[in-house]
Amino acid sequence: MNVDVLVQQLLNGISLGGLYSLLAVGYTMVYGILRLINFAHGDIFMVGAYVAFFLVGIYHLPWWIAAPGAALATALLGVTIDRAAYRPLRNEPRISVLITAVGVSFLIENLGLVIVGGRPKGMPVPDLMGRAYSLGSFRVAGVSLWVPALTLLLVGGLLVLVYRTRMGMAMRALSRDIEATRLMGVDVDRVISYTFAVGSILAAAGGIMWSFKFPQVNPLMGIYPGWKAFTAAVVGGIGNIVGAMIGGFIIGIVEIMTVGLMPQLSGYRDAFVFAILIFFLLVRPSGLLGEPLKEKV
Amino acid sequence: MVTPALTQKVAARSLAPGTRRILTIGSLLLLALIVAYMEQPSFSSYYRRIVNVAFIYVVAAVSYNLINGIAGQFSLGPNGFMAIGGFTTTLLMLPVARKAQVFFLEPLIWPFNSFSVPEVLHGFFARLIPHAALAAFLASNLGFLISLVGAGLVAALGGLIVGAPSLRLRGDYLAIATFGFGEIIFVLANNLIPVTNGALGIRDIPEYANLWWTAGAAVMTVWVIQNLVNSSYGRALKAIREDEVAAEAMGVHVFTHKLLAFVVHAFFAGVAGGLLAALLTTISPSLFTFFMTFQLLIIIVLGGLGSTTGAAVTAVVYAILQEVLRVVEAPMSIGPLYIPGVPGMRMVVFSGLLIVLMLFYRRGLFGRAELTWEGLQAVALGLGRRFGASPRERGR
Repeated sequence: MNVDVLVQQLLNGISLGGLYSLLAVGYTMVYGILRLINFAHGDIFMVGAYVAFFLVGIYHLPWWIAAPGAALATALLGVTIDRAAYRPLRNEPRISVLITAVGVSFLIENLGLVIVGGRPKGMPVPDLMGRAYSLGSFRVAGVSLWVPALTLLLVGGLLVLVYRTRMGMAMRALSRDIEATRLMGVDVDRVISYTFAVGSILAAAGGIMWSFKFPQVNPLMGIYPGWKAFTAAVVGGIGNIVGAMIGGFIIGIVEIMTVGLMPQLSGYRDAFVFAILIFFLLVRPSGLLGEPLKEKV
Repeated sequence: MVTPALTQKVAARSLAPGTRRILTIGSLLLLALIVAYMEQPSFSSYYRRIVNVAFIYVVAAVSYNLINGIAGQFSLGPNGFMAIGGFTTTLLMLPVARKAQVFFLEPLIWPFNSFSVPEVLHGFFARLIPHAALAAFLASNLGFLISLVGAGLVAALGGLIVGAPSLRLRGDYLAIATFGFGEIIFVLANNLIPVTNGALGIRDIPEYANLWWTAGAAVMTVWVIQNLVNSSYGRALKAIREDEVAAEAMGVHVFTHKLLAFVVHAFFAGVAGGLLAALLTTISPSLFTFFMTFQLLIIIVLGGLGSTTGAAVTAVVYAILQEVLRVVEAPMSIGPLYIPGVPGMRMVVFSGLLIVLMLFYRRGLFGRAELTWEGLQAVALGLGRRFGASPRERGR
């Protein structure tokens, strides 16, 4: 393998990692506050991609309307899921909410299959993302450059939100102690809704860019990215936003590199990620950044 | 409402152990009669298939309930153990000649390519027993028994390997770790072509499973699990479910008990997988996706997490419901209104059902209570009272 191919694979891994990062942040924020694995998060990602697909591919709206439209739709979906399925179970054992979350995930996937059918549909890719750029001796696909850049931008914006606004302060407080925060006069449910909305918007961004990178949409497209992003959140230290982003990049690069370096094992690429997940759960459940950074959201 | 305490009170007053035993034996005989009736060739094979599947769900759901409902450890991996059991049974049962045909992509690994349990047994019995038909019958049925137990043991070994590390984790982390293992097993089944024939799967497995086998396995499972639950192990598991720290403080070795429940669950999941393969006569990794676990989860939640008989009853209900609900996928016309069939609608209904159950009816049908003769008697007495039978007629 020569250097060109290696760099190419690395860029490929970084852009995939960026997509995982955007999803992982949503898992990590919800887990940080509610200690709940939001199984439906990967499906929110799918819905985001679908809304964009319908707005652009069917109604021929420009991207600057379609992308915010998809983000709005997923934000509403995320908040609705929380209100309808998770909030009534706030004071119940966590296993109840977990089962409900599995149910919500299955419901969205199967509703998707019933409504839009299981056949994958081609995603129209904007020229900016679709064309290849020449960098010196090798060519890079637009997505491989834009995805990491947009990821950094969005996660940077999220960090500003969490660390520089009153709402962010309330989120950080909730992740420490929900009851104490409630006593301080914070409207806990509103902050949680807000968290779901923000996480879902990032998932929509991830979903749309995912469908640029692999230019198609189908109702089950969120399952594996969801699990890999969750793995990324665990690797980075669940509850930690920067950790989730770093974890996402690590998972993306590891996945592409193992397949790139050992093509004969490419059938096992999903198993690798789960092996990493289990390894981290057993050896270092607090993840890479879990301990040094005590601040959790 | 029939609470466990009430049930026990009624039990102390009304049913002697002998009566209970007679009732149990009687109902088993009744079950045997029903099975014998349904096994007649004239009986609809469609209904027979449904009942077979129902019994297999009983095996899987009752054992899944042991780890999720009784021990309170949220595992999401039974599909993996069912896959292990299914493929083990298939490899043990499939005739050698058929194996050579099936594994044309890559040859089957040694030792499975060189023997099949029924054929080995047949060679043995043919020499021992002059009656050819009897020898063949013994060889195939004993061979199936050995293969099922073997499937259970291999799955139990898998349970040990998966459980020993992941049961150190608690709550949702356990759920993810077991889910991860289930997915790894699924990926392995798709890729280990010399063992599983990959995504193509294996077709034309001889149909060894019939109602005698599935009903027998269901009864055995309920019996074993129920005895385990009512033993000191079962009480320790319930203590772990309620409060792990308190249980440990009371001297319960938490990890060993969890592992025991997990391995027993894996064993029966493996048996269920083996029965399923021998019933459907075909097996492929896609049979054992996370969807299988999801179905079992619906069953045990609907039955009431922690109730063995609840899981058994709802497993049967679910298998029937699954067929009845085909209506929602078929096209129908109500007067002038025509509704085209929507394939996949059943899953929407089931997922919605799971959410609604968790939100509004978390106890499920049975809560944590069990269906007992005493409970049935209490219900019958209550009905008798309601319909005005005099106390003397009500009897004991």
